[in-house]
Amino acid sequence: MPRILLDGQPVDLPAGALLAAALGCPPVACHGLAGAPRGPLCGMGQCFECRVTLDGREVLACLTPARDGMVVRRG
Amino acid sequence: MAERLRILVAGAGPAGLAAALAAEAGGAAVTLVDALPEPGGQIWRGRWSAPPGGASAPWFRALRASAVDLRLGRRVVTAPAPGRLGLTGPDGPEILAYDRLVLATGARERFLPFPGWTLPGVLGAGGLQALVKGGLDVRGQRVVVAGSGPLLLAVAAHLRQQGARVLLVAEQAPAAALLGLAPGMLGRPRLLVQALGFLGLPLCLGAWVTQVTGSDRLAAVQLATPGGPRVLEADLLACGFGLVPNLDLARLLGCAIRAGQVVVDPLLRTTCPGVFAAGEATGIGGVEKSLAEGRLAGLQAAGQEAQARRRLPAAERTRAWGRALERAYALRPELRGLAGPDTVLCRCEEVTLGDLQPFHGGREARLHGRCGMGRCQGRTCGPAAEFLFGWDPGGPRQPLVPTTCADLIGALSDPENP
Repeated sequence: MPRILLDGQPVDLPAGALLAAALGCPPVACHGLAGAPRGPLCGMGQCFECRVTLDGREVLACLTPARDGMVVRRG
Repeated sequence: MAERLRILVAGAGPAGLAAALAAEAGGAAVTLVDALPEPGGQIWRGRWSAPPGGASAPWFRALRASAVDLRLGRRVVTAPAPGRLGLTGPDGPEILAYDRLVLATGARERFLPFPGWTLPGVLGAGGLQALVKGGLDVRGQRVVVAGSGPLLLAVAAHLRQQGARVLLVAEQAPAAALLGLAPGMLGRPRLLVQALGFLGLPLCLGAWVTQVTGSDRLAAVQLATPGGPRVLEADLLACGFGLVPNLDLARLLGCAIRAGQVVVDPLLRTTCPGVFAAGEATGIGGVEKSLAEGRLAGLQAAGQEAQARRRLPAAERTRAWGRALERAYALRPELRGLAGPDTVLCRCEEVTLGDLQPFHGGREARLHGRCGMGRCQGRTCGPAAEFLFGWDPGGPRQPLVPTTCADLIGALSDPENP
């Protein structure tokens, strides 16, 4: 069972989970241009609304499998 | 012995799997790429690492036993030269060379704007299902499923099974239109069995979301129903208006597109020599069509035309159901009037409908209004603007998705021809 660090907080995820599973319900990942919170829309790598920062790189939480020890930051 | 044909298959959903396996059986050296971390596409998402079962099982078994070079978690970003695609992925950028290419790029959901649709908690129907398959916990969550298409009930049933409280399934198509599907259903026992799983779901036909409210997340969903307006307090709204083919790569390569589909001949050849298309890219039709077309395209790409021709009648039969679904779930004109002047159309660049007032076409709106110029490159607002205003979504630009400069350099430089 992977444990990741999301915004400094540990989150335990089921085996085989995507990073998107850590974003809460409703899932929140980033902000729009005007600063309003945004969450995943398409779940399929098309809308880019689930973008998070992983090891300094922007990744899509809906396409990225969670691995133990990942350090993830929401934008 | 002649060198084997190198066949690249873009997309590892049902069409891509069938194409890759058929091409390999036809004697080719096959590479199969997909953006997802596992094969199966959206429809069979999560099945690869799950205990074997269901319709995907024989395909996955065959893939595991095959010599297909499976490259996952990779996205096509460039087409640097004929016979070459540039990709980014976990191991950095790479360039793949091919003799023949099969586009099995699948489909995505169509989203339409309504007031409040950018609030967290508003997701696609397939979108929410994909995240739940990816481990998102929806136990006890109050969910409204809305929009259009056969996906809605399947998603609602899945969410209920995962512990969500499905408050309503609002299908915009009227009952009269859906009755037209009854004869086709009778000839498809698999669908009838699937329909049994939908028993007890609170389905309302001829109903659609008019707006959602909430401050920093979804709080309530307002709907128009045949019985009058309704308001439901909810945690999640799963809302998609059918599917649209993913055409970015086909457009980038210069394949002709008509009516939102890749133009193909009966043997699934696109207008670009050596490039084939199969599955949702040639018209939304579901798994059976994707598998049938994938087989055919894979054989044809591998040069096994006689075998491919024997598959023609089977592929044609699977297309009729897709056309029947398209008629039954046609989008009603009222959906064009949901968004107001303050409603965002382009989510990335936060362009509202009011901002678009001065423009007369998609190109003008892009160049002067930044509509479709953000991270998603118009993948979300493009199909919406097409439905709302009849605007052509326009050609894609390289790179197809946001890419770092380092990756872009790697995905453009040809190692064999520096």
